[in-house]
Amino acid sequence: MNKLLREIYNNGIEFVRTFGAFQLFFMRLLRHSPGILIRRFDLVIMQVFNTGALSLVIIMVSGLFVGGVLGLQGYSNLARFNAEDSIGVFAAFGLVKELGPVITALLFAGRAGTSLASEIGLMKATDQLSAMEMMAVNPVPRVLVPRFLGGVIAMPFLAAIFSMIGLFGTHLVAVELLSVDVGAFWQQMQSTVELEDINEGILKSIVFGVAASLIAVWEGYNAIPTAEGVGRATTRTVVITAIAVLIFDFMITAVML
Amino acid sequence: MPAFQIEANISNPLNDLAENLIEIHDLKYSRGPRVIFEGLNLVIKRGEITALMGPSGTGKTTLLRLITRQLIPQHGTIHVDGVDISKLSLAQLYQLRTRFGMLFQNGALLTDLSVFENVAFPLREHTKLTNRLIRHVVLTKLHAVGLRGAADMMPAELSGGMARRVALARAMVMDPDILIYDEPFVGLDPISMGVIVRLVRRMNDALGITSIIVSHDVEEIATVADRSFLISNGKVAASGSPDELKVAQSDLVRQFMHGMADGPVAFHFDAPGYEEQLLGRDAE
Repeated sequence: MNKLLREIYNNGIEFVRTFGAFQLFFMRLLRHSPGILIRRFDLVIMQVFNTGALSLVIIMVSGLFVGGVLGLQGYSNLARFNAEDSIGVFAAFGLVKELGPVITALLFAGRAGTSLASEIGLMKATDQLSAMEMMAVNPVPRVLVPRFLGGVIAMPFLAAIFSMIGLFGTHLVAVELLSVDVGAFWQQMQSTVELEDINEGILKSIVFGVAASLIAVWEGYNAIPTAEGVGRATTRTVVITAIAVLIFDFMITAVML
Repeated sequence: MPAFQIEANISNPLNDLAENLIEIHDLKYSRGPRVIFEGLNLVIKRGEITALMGPSGTGKTTLLRLITRQLIPQHGTIHVDGVDISKLSLAQLYQLRTRFGMLFQNGALLTDLSVFENVAFPLREHTKLTNRLIRHVVLTKLHAVGLRGAADMMPAELSGGMARRVALARAMVMDPDILIYDEPFVGLDPISMGVIVRLVRRMNDALGITSIIVSHDVEEIATVADRSFLISNGKVAASGSPDELKVAQSDLVRQFMHGMADGPVAFHFDAPGYEEQLLGRDAE
């Protein structure tokens, strides 16, 4: 029993210590961010390309099929109440407020987050970060901050593209395949979806972008510098980001309702 | 020590006259329960090529990382050019590191940059030189290590020896005062090794820099080093010119310098008896 309590105590202390270090790390990134945005925007743009543009295919394909599924499910359920014309509203609320930001963040963690964590972890394992320090170049602003900012900037755009492609997918299924009236589809959506609904989606995608990028960069930077350590950091990036995104989603939804 | 005083020490030309460039006093460093250094004292003289040698796992690379404050000792002091490096702020440390060039064991080239950009990296970060001038300097350094023709290649396309030669070009591109080499001769073919050994010597003498080499290669070290330190059991076991070490009477020094299997340094890691382990109960 004593051993169990000691174990719980030690784990608790370790958790608090890690969480504190994580917050300090976040502060370091934020402190260097304005300088990098002003002086080395080229590095940020390169990372927006790496994390954002290179994730476009997976985001667009997923968005199309998620939208298509929404069309099928929405039609079959709404048709029971003769409300199939409202399928545009149903899909728009679902995509813009929830599915767009959440699924994009999960896909982002799988595509860009793992790439960031493993890249930084391997840079550490192969002494590239130490070499930078020896060349009097601080790796935090030079390597970590551009990658963090690149992810934060890319996420809202990816979520918006996911939602747009998703609505296109719903339109394809509902209007082209299941013959829902095209006028009702778009008109009801336009009259019901408010700017604040879109703002909620934007807010969520920004928060998820910060969380996903921060976790990926943190895990890579703190990876044990071995092949196994980098592999574990990559896995932890996906798992922790997925949990964090779902928790933040619940919290923001609860506050915004 | 106040900040202005440290700044003064870093750039004070009077310090250039001091003979000792690096002084390590009573250094203690442990990694977990494993003691790596236990009261190590060592002095590296300005303008010399100093070799740090010792059996595997004695902490030679760790010592280089302590000298450059990539690691911090638990006890003892390290002075570089009269400055206690443990007291430097991060900005002052980076200022000091602009005087260092370091060749890592595995090259540590930045894998997302070409060979040319790797060598140009310190110049782009620390100077405002024009692209034309950077190109001139980088190609000169690459020519010195025989890899001017590989300027456009990526690090993944290089062999281990080539990567280390590119890393050497990068280490010397800022014309540092102190060049640190971690196992520079590993993986080099005899021709490259000969060229690099001569290059190390020539740079040291022509540019007046101080070189620190970690190496196991007793023969090559003998041709290039002015002074060698043999590190074992957390301390300096012997020091002197390579020729002096070769004729030293100490069992440890003789074993290391002549590559003998028997001596104070055990070749085998601690293990139960060979026969007992092969034929004993565990075998069943």
